Amino acid sequence: MSKQVNLTIDNQAVTAAEGALIVDAAKKVGINIPVFCYHPKLEPAGMCRMCLVEIGRPVIDRATGAPVMEGGKPKLQFGPKLETSCTTPVSEGMVVITNSEKVKAARKDVVEFLLTSHPLDCPVCDKGGECPLQNLTLAHGPATSRFLFNEKNHNAKHVPLGDLIYLDRERCIQCGRCVRFQEKIAGDPVIGFYNRGRQMEIVTFSEPGFDSYFSGNTTDICPVGALTSADFRFGARPWEMKATASICTHCAVGCNLAFNVRREVGGKNGSPSKGGIVIKRALPRQNEAVNELWICDKGRFAYQYSESPTRLATPLVRKDGELTPASWDVALEYAAEGLLGESKPGQAKDLLVIGSGRLANEDLFTLRKLAEGAGGQAALYSQSGGGDLLAQVGAAPGTNLASLGKGSVILVVASDLHEEAPIWFLRVKQAAERGATLIVAAGRPTRLDRYAKYVIRYAYGEEAQIVAALGDSPRRAELVEAAKPAAAAKPAAAAKLVEAAKPAAAAKTVEAAKPAAAARLVEAAEAFGKAENALVFFGSDGLGQSGAQSVAQACAQLLAATRHVGRPNNGLIPVWGRANEQGGWELGLKAANLQTALQASTTAYIVAADPYGDDPSLPAPSFLVVQELFLTETARRADVVFPAQAFTERDGSFTSGERRVQRYYPATPALADCRPDYAISAELGQHLGLKLEGRSAAAIFAQIATEIPAYKGLTYRRLAETTNATAIGAAKDPRDAEERRCADLYYSGAGYENTQGLGVQLPLQTLSPALSKPAAAPAAQLSKTGLLAVPVTQLYDLGQTVLPSALLRQRIGEAWVGVNPADAAEAGIEAGAAPAAIVQVVLPGKPEWRAAARIDERTPRGVLLIPRSMGLPLNAPLPGASIRPVVRRDSQEAASQQPA
Amino acid sequence: MPDVLRGVKIAATAVREVARGLNMTFRSMFEKPVTISYPEEKRPVRARFRGRHDLNRYENGLEKCIGCALCAAACPADAIFVEAGENTDEQRFSPGERYARVYEINMLRCIFCGYCEDACPTEAIVLGDNYELSFTDRRNAIYTKEMLLKPVPAGGQPTPQTTPPGVYTRSVPAMNNPSD
Repeated sequence: MSKQVNLTIDNQAVTAAEGALIVDAAKKVGINIPVFCYHPKLEPAGMCRMCLVEIGRPVIDRATGAPVMEGGKPKLQFGPKLETSCTTPVSEGMVVITNSEKVKAARKDVVEFLLTSHPLDCPVCDKGGECPLQNLTLAHGPATSRFLFNEKNHNAKHVPLGDLIYLDRERCIQCGRCVRFQEKIAGDPVIGFYNRGRQMEIVTFSEPGFDSYFSGNTTDICPVGALTSADFRFGARPWEMKATASICTHCAVGCNLAFNVRREVGGKNGSPSKGGIVIKRALPRQNEAVNELWICDKGRFAYQYSESPTRLATPLVRKDGELTPASWDVALEYAAEGLLGESKPGQAKDLLVIGSGRLANEDLFTLRKLAEGAGGQAALYSQSGGGDLLAQVGAAPGTNLASLGKGSVILVVASDLHEEAPIWFLRVKQAAERGATLIVAAGRPTRLDRYAKYVIRYAYGEEAQIVAALGDSPRRAELVEAAKPAAAAKPAAAAKLVEAAKPAAAAKTVEAAKPAAAARLVEAAEAFGKAENALVFFGSDGLGQSGAQSVAQACAQLLAATRHVGRPNNGLIPVWGRANEQGGWELGLKAANLQTALQASTTAYIVAADPYGDDPSLPAPSFLVVQELFLTETARRADVVFPAQAFTERDGSFTSGERRVQRYYPATPALADCRPDYAISAELGQHLGLKLEGRSAAAIFAQIATEIPAYKGLTYRRLAETTNATAIGAAKDPRDAEERRCADLYYSGAGYENTQGLGVQLPLQTLSPALSKPAAAPAAQLSKTGLLAVPVTQLYDLGQTVLPSALLRQRIGEAWVGVNPADAAEAGIEAGAAPAAIVQVVLPGKPEWRAAARIDERTPRGVLLIPRSMGLPLNAPLPGASIRPVVRRDSQEAASQQPA
Repeated sequence: MPDVLRGVKIAATAVREVARGLNMTFRSMFEKPVTISYPEEKRPVRARFRGRHDLNRYENGLEKCIGCALCAAACPADAIFVEAGENTDEQRFSPGERYARVYEINMLRCIFCGYCEDACPTEAIVLGDNYELSFTDRRNAIYTKEMLLKPVPAGGQPTPQTTPPGVYTRSVPAMNNPSD
């Protein structure tokens, strides 16, 4: 614990940690100093001058170093001017006065001055009603202004900063919260100040504008209505909306969301709302252990799929080769008959049940029960693997990335966190900036590299070996030995090669590693071994199911060998592609090889997954039941299609990658005839002759809590508990409306409060002895012919849950393939051309695919980067790929325009 | 004798009283009537009468309502429902960026207190003279924007209008000191 300092604020004795700011210390004892530019999560800037206070410091006798006494009390010296409490740290014996006439007059003047160029168009402003400027003007401002209103700045009302964010320059009070957020927190300085004085304005430097995955957060922290989101512009007034707690479904982080809903006649995005309840916006909900106050733009804008007009509304049954609408009874009956086939009721031996991580714990549990009861097999639809290890080596309860700092090590293996889990990127980056040692091991440069102390490059296919080398000192010694002669031969060249990627076709990384890289690996391994706390993230960059499995295995062994298991802030965190893949593993579903699994079964029941869309070459079962939101490629091939409810329409719980079980609540009424997944599965089970619980999510969760050891003792009520938030500025008692209001004001006005639950992290099992023994990871056998095509993840892809969002669709961009310049030159493709060259990608056994080539050094030599869910189905690294140029679009057009 | 005299007295009183009564009758027969033959004839309302709401327009036909929903917030009976939309120069309903895409008042809920009028920053909603609110169906009690909007004044254009860019940039056209 850091040194504590005693001071007095408004005659109240306060004890605060040394280095704390006066404004935070005052907040802790319930004194609210008004702020605009200060934000507890940002470095102070002192730009708005709203927090001015009188500060007196004890006079110190220079000779003795003791405070000068005057009448038995330390003599105080007040500064001649007021000081900003948001930039001044507390010091011993300090006396702060926040409510004197002088301070009040200063606040009044600051507000008056801020309003000299504010348009006061509160009636049409989206922030109106939750606006700190409005509230603080009412509390501290003058009733009239001495300035001439005709001399206000008049600019064009709104400027789109990007596709997602609009700027109203007149409203801006130049606090710089957005600029500082982008620079310091997001690490994405794409906006900045331009000009000076009254002409100062926010501009974007990036192309396309405001190109950041975190841009939506700036609208939340903006203390005025200068930054508004394209999604919510003029959507509703804040007081008209009700907040419902939810959990983001797009990655394994499990960000806490609040959906703001209201009744509407018009409906948006063409959805036919006639007096129904619709979601107006998604906001982050404060959970200091998960997402703090932030969410990424995917979480903020992609929820729109739940309101898409293309959603399935009634059950469909195949009749004469066509899918035709049917009643639930008919559809269920038909599905049960088809799944049973010739077998007895309660037995459907050849049934394959597939569920994805988009489903809640309750759904996945019911699916497993159904598969088990019928004698079939249940599989988790996942492109990754290794989830079975996490019950032993997962993040231990109490793990919080925010508490990692000096003495901690974070290892990120095979993951571009910025694309796969943006909030983890943000938090890992901040941990690194607080002093945690970040080791990034990846096959290509990622955005996290710049915050890493050690960057380790490997050739795709050798991820597991690199991880094993980190934990295995004899192997490292070998490695250094092996690197030595090369160092003697040409040190300069070797040093150059450290950063450069090597051809995948080259010999093993470990052997070919150049001395500096080897030394770096050794240093990183030592840092990892010595670290007080160590967290390992493993993702899916260039990995398939088996690759991920062996990386997870290697990571688990590394953690077990270095004893970074079972303590808070230690363990393995998987970067799954979907929200609840962890839940699937915990509840006993395993990722299976669909090719063989589908081959082996005659009937299949696929829930919330689109395997045929991802890989059309999969074998087709004789009878297929699909449960989905949309008519996907898989649903089109089905014999029966059940329409499921979206996560916004029902309740349930997810288990995040950090093994935190979190609950979400229904925000809107269900669409038409849709039913929740667990209820459909349970009813289908009943038609198959099984007895399954399907009355409510809570009842199923109670069953999970009794049957699955990890979930033992958990109840919905426990998941909904909120403790007194420990963060600065958070309301001490979230149920106190006045405190909440003050907390919100501190942050920006948007409602961040979390009254619906922080979730519970699952306990770990004891480590199995098999993991403690370091075992050599098997080298992936990748053929060396042609280019190696590896799947990589892109945040905005062509997934079913992204496409319906009109806002995000324009950000997805065209299909691309990453190519190294040398490879491009070999294939006869011109680099550096604009627009990007279009190439034909040829993979063995896959249909040819056309994409724009991104030719740069970020792609290692001999590798093709293929984004997932962008048109080319690729679930695992595949050698033997090639590319060939296609006549460029513009020249094609030019050719077609020429007279024949 | 006294009986005769009494009889005459009574008769005289009766005649006098009847005459007096009939006098009143005949006099009021020729008086101007206080009733009017509603609905053919209508009585003008007082200056501060609060009748059915009107949504005003500017002279050029643009709607004054900017869809800010402050009337809905002020309404003690929760009778007003507003949904805002965004203006473009190609499709302009009101000055500034925002307009009321949906504007509904439930007249069964409305208590004609006039708070909406007080709350309105553009004087778009006013309680008018119309007190003839009758419906045969509860649904008909919901007055939509089309029903509430005043007709386009002479020389004005109906909304949405196509306007030149950069002219109608402010929601409140001449924004002066708010104390005005």
